[in-house]
Parts: sequence; C-alpha cells; structure tokens
Amino acid sequence: MSNSDDDRTADESSGDGYTGDDVITHAHGAGGGQMTDLIEDMAVSRFADSEADVGLAALDDGSVQPIDDDHSVVVTTDSHVVTPLFFRGGDIGRLAISGTVNDLAMMGATDPLALTSSLIIEAGTPQSTVERVTESMRETCAEAGATVTTGDTKVMGSDEIDTLAINTTGVAVVPTGGHVPDAGLSVGDKLIVSGTIGDHGISLLSEREGFDFGGGLASDVQPVNDLVRAAMDAGEVTAMKDPTRGGLATVLNEMADKAGVGIDLDEPAIPVSGPVSSAGEVLGIEPFDVACEGVVAMGVASDDAEAVLEALRDNPKGEDAAIVGEVVEEHTGQVVLDTGFGRRYLTPPEGEQLPRIC
Amino acid sequence: MASTADDGDGELQFRDPEKAEQLTEELESLMDDIGEPVNVMHVCGSHEQAIAKFGLRSILPDDLTVRMGPGCPVCVTNMPEVDEAVALAEEGKIVATYGDMFRVPGTEKSLADAKDEGADVRVVYSASEAAEIAAEEPDREVIFFATGFETTAAPTAAVLTADPPENFSVLSAHKYVPPAMEIVAEMPDTDVDGFLAAGHAAVITGYGLFEDFVSEYDTPAVVGGFEPIDILFALARLLEFIRDDEAGLANAYQRCVTEDGNVPAKEAMWEVFDTTSGEWRGIAEIPDANLVISDDYAHYDARERFDIDVDAGASDPLTEDCICGDIMAGKADPDECELFGEECTPQDPVGACMVSSEGTCKIWLEYGGQPDL
Repeated sequence: MSNSDDDRTADESSGDGYTGDDVITHAHGAGGGQMTDLIEDMAVSRFADSEADVGLAALDDGSVQPIDDDHSVVVTTDSHVVTPLFFRGGDIGRLAISGTVNDLAMMGATDPLALTSSLIIEAGTPQSTVERVTESMRETCAEAGATVTTGDTKVMGSDEIDTLAINTTGVAVVPTGGHVPDAGLSVGDKLIVSGTIGDHGISLLSEREGFDFGGGLASDVQPVNDLVRAAMDAGEVTAMKDPTRGGLATVLNEMADKAGVGIDLDEPAIPVSGPVSSAGEVLGIEPFDVACEGVVAMGVASDDAEAVLEALRDNPKGEDAAIVGEVVEEHTGQVVLDTGFGRRYLTPPEGEQLPRIC
Repeated sequence: MASTADDGDGELQFRDPEKAEQLTEELESLMDDIGEPVNVMHVCGSHEQAIAKFGLRSILPDDLTVRMGPGCPVCVTNMPEVDEAVALAEEGKIVATYGDMFRVPGTEKSLADAKDEGADVRVVYSASEAAEIAAEEPDREVIFFATGFETTAAPTAAVLTADPPENFSVLSAHKYVPPAMEIVAEMPDTDVDGFLAAGHAAVITGYGLFEDFVSEYDTPAVVGGFEPIDILFALARLLEFIRDDEAGLANAYQRCVTEDGNVPAKEAMWEVFDTTSGEWRGIAEIPDANLVISDDYAHYDARERFDIDVDAGASDPLTEDCICGDIMAGKADPDECELFGEECTPQDPVGACMVSSEGTCKIWLEYGGQPDL
C-alpha cells in the first residue's frame, strides 16, 4: 500500500454542506498522520489479511502473498495526479511507471513481471498530450525492464477531473522470504540514501509558484529497481522505503516506529543539491519534508554498508549515495538529526506546505 | 558598538561548526562569570526557527534560557482582525494574504475555512502580487489582508504609494515591534535579562531605534542575524552586557543592519501608516503598536471602503485552554500547553502559534521543541 501521489496545489474544495471532520481534505493525501488514520479507518479495518507475508495492515509499499512453497507474489498500486503534467525532469507518465516499479523494488522485488495502467482523461484533452504521456510510459518501462500488460481508459467531463490521472499496478514474484519489509531495521544497521534529497518536491513547488532559481533544479523521477538490485546483491538490505509523499523525514520516522528503534542522522552527510538547498530556504520548505521520486532510503547490515554504498555509487543513478546515519537503541520510534551544530528531532511534516510570510 | 561576527576572521563562515564550538565555549565562559541563570528573549520567529532547526538549544549552557517573545506577526494578529478578512471573503471579494495567515483561526473560522466554503481566498508572497491580482481582475474588489511587522509593512506601503489599481485595498493588521518589547519588558512576571532584537525588522528601522528602549528599561539589547553563527555571536555579546551589568546596545548583524536602517522604506512606511493602540492576540492592548492606514491613503483602506459586517459567532471552546499569550510573553514554553500536539496541530490549530512557520508552537512541533539530547 503506497501513498498516493497527489502533487497538486492546495485547493480546498469541500463537499456539499459537509464541513470539518466530515470531508476528505488535501491533508488526508499529504502522507502524514491524517493519511495514515484515514487508511487505517477506511481500509485496514476491512481488508487486513493475516495470511499474507506482508498484508495491508503493514502499510508497506506493497503486499507479499505466498503462492507456493518457494515463491511469493508482490503486488502494489498507485494513482498519480500532478500539476503540471510535464515538469522539469519528467512527466506524469514517467512518474506513474517509476512510482510503481519503485514500490515493487522497495519490497525487494526488482524484476517487475507485469504492470497495469489505467488512464482517466478529461474530455477536451489534446490527443497529443496523451500520446506524449504514453510514450514516456513506454520509455520508462524500457528503462526499468518492465512492461504494461493490461489497462483501462476512462473519459470524464471537464468539471469531473483535471486533465489526466493514471493508476498503475505492479506485480512481481520473489523467492519465499526474499522480500524486504520497511519494518526490518535493527540496532547497529547503517542508513544509506541513494541520491540527493528533495529534488522532485522542491523543483515542482518552485515551478508551480513561478520561481526561477536558474538551472539545476529538476525532478529526480526515475525507476530505481536496478539500483536496489545492485544493493541487494552487494549486501544485506534490512529495510527499504522510497521517500515519496512526506519525504525522507516521514519514511525514516515510519521505519523507526515500525521497527521499534531509534535513528541517528548526520545532517552534513545527507546529500542535498545546492539548488534544492537554496530554493528550499527561499521557499521556507525543508528538502527532507518533500517528495523524492528516484531515491531509496535503506537500512543495511553494518558490515555490508561500505560494499552496498560502493555498489550504489557504481551506477550513475547512485553516484551521490551516502551513509547518512545509523540505527540506535535510544529515542525509540524517533529520528534525531545532528545538524553539525546541535541535535534536534527530525519530525514528519504535517499537512500541506504553504509559502511563508518572511 | 560590538564588532561584527566576522571581524578578525576575514570572511565569516555562517555555517562553520568549528566557529560555533568556539562561540559555545565563549558562552559557557561568560555564564561562569555571571554565575547565575540568565533569561534572554528574542523577538522574531525566524530566530526561533534557526535556533530549533540547527539544534542550538542542545549546545547552549544549561542555565541560559532563550525564549521567544511576541515575535510572530501572524500569532499576534487578533481574532477580530481575522474575522474582518473572513467577512470580506464571504461577501464575495477576493482576499489575498500570506500563506502563514491562511489557517489562523478567527473567532469562528479561518480564511482556509472560508475558502472551503467557496470564498475566493488567494495565497500570495507579497503585497505587490495582491495588487497584480487586482490588475488582472478589474471587475472584482481585491483586498490584501496585510500582516507582519516592519519587514512587510514597508513593502505594503511601497505598493500603496505606487498608485495600485482602484479595485485594490488593504486590510491592515500590520504591527510595530518596539512598543511590544516595552510591554513585555514591563510585565512583572516576565523576567528578561536581555533582548535579542530582530535583524529583519532592524534592516528597515535601524538599530538606533532601540537606544531609547535600552536606556529606559535598563535592559541590554543586541540586534542579531539568523544564521547559527549570527545567533551564537549575538548571544555572546548580550551575555557580555549582562556580565558587565550594562544596559548596552550592539549591532551583531552589521552586514545587513545600519544605525538608521532603510530610510526610503521607513519614509514610505510612515507616509502610509499611523500608529494606534490595539490588542495583540493573547498578550495585551499595546499602545502605538498597530499600524493603520493614514488619512492620505484612506481610499485604499478596506475598513474605510467597506462596511465590514463581522458575523463572528462562537469561538472554539478549546481556545480557553490555549496558552499562546503566555508563550508569546515569554512566560511559558509550548510543551507546557495541554493542547500542544494533541488537540492543537498545524492542520487543526487552536492557537495562532501553531499555524505560522514563525510561530513557536509550530516550530517546536516541527523540530522537536527543546530536546534533551
């Protein structure tokens, strides 16, 4: 079960006559506590499956179900809406394929067997727009070694949907016990991130707000299953998540909470590009709080950390990979950031990011 | 006047941990000299944010307490002022405001609530952006709900002196910091040994503005910047004054702040605004601390232009338990509030301090408050 990729700006529309707690707000899609509450109230209580290796209740990136004595099937699904559809560094098609390939990879399933694609299109959308998007999906599939094997198309009225939404589902098979949960951290594990943090979120926020911070600011959207495969071949990966909605701060807190451990992070070691850092300061938004779409955060057994790091850096997608912290016994369920000056908690962001006054 | 942080070192490395360690040792040494606990108040949300973001409280001497005063312009915006903006929005006018103000609860609702119910509320980065909306929508009335201290009051004034569109007006909730510092300094149960004055505001007003305050209240003040080294350096200068029992004034932000400040900006501000007495949310009625639009610009004053019909309704009963006022007066920390992080969150704030990125409660929730790490 992955977070939805609603990257649209805050547009607080409500239902008819419903207020307050009665309606779904954008905060419910922002990847924070409200989203978790919603999923647990609406879905987990109805669909939790105790037979699964990893079921809905685990709220991991996908589910893992045994299919015979030796194999399990991994399934994940994700819906994508983003404004604008085409942005610096990518587009909604690349986002849709990468998001699902990456969710499979976060479960340790780096060889997608099949993907599905469901397009919901606003009437009046130019055919050329849809063609650009589907061609981008094809190219991204080729990059990931994946393919779309079935799909669906719906057309809706102009007041019913904004241009285009894409749902993708991914299926893969892994050897029994070969999956990687997000709850697998152990004290002593090292934490590695595979690339610079915050590029997608800061780039899109800047573009939407009409700020031009010059070159170098672009989404990192890409499939990372090859990176994950290299890491798993090089050493013991104990837990993984890709920091999409809610960013690195959210996924590390989730991983610490689920494993019942603490995380110590070394802020100067966390790779953040210069343009992202500068734009984040201008916008008043932490790079750690926004989405990455081509990065993985992983726990690695301490003895294997250097080998995994080297394997990641051998791939151009992982050249900025770094060991950024370690798993500790203290402050269970919480992430502490050493800023280089002092120490403070790294907490998950709440709700939407709004521009500040000064 | 104290020297700048970069004297003697050539170029200042604002994020140099070694320099920070030296300054921390200097603070420890000064506290040893003083030999008793010290309470310092800063008056700027950006200071609080930098202190929390860089984890500076974890390296400050144990008996040096740094608290935030009434330094968040959003937090001190009074509920009836929000109610006025909400009323205008509900009348079908376009209300533009800073993102920080969007969720601040009025008596009954916030601008975000009004937008949820169909009002046209726009989030802008500047007064000029609001004026641009007015130019783009000549058939609509566009009201800029103007909040903030000198730092944003001066740009609001600049827009009004530049002949904005006739359908543009300003609902001023701008505030002026120095009188609020005086009120806090006079509060019997707020024990402040020195003030870290806000560098942003001083860029406009100049540090010379604080001379009268320092002598009248016999309390030292140092103007500080917002990088971690700036803050540690300014605190060290403040502790020197406290150690020497001197009510001195220093400018520890010389790369941005001068004695006279930005004179054209000040002139524009005082051409457009007059001061008046007004309630600062949760703190007190403060004389001469609210900025209202002067008679010469009354045609751009939303309060003059519209008969604002506030239908405020009943306030959230939880507001009675909110201690934002005590927090902004330096009497309490956010985690002393029973609502903190439970009933009061950035998504569903009870008090204004939980809304703005300048608000102490929001900052403490975001960065983990005063961690024992």
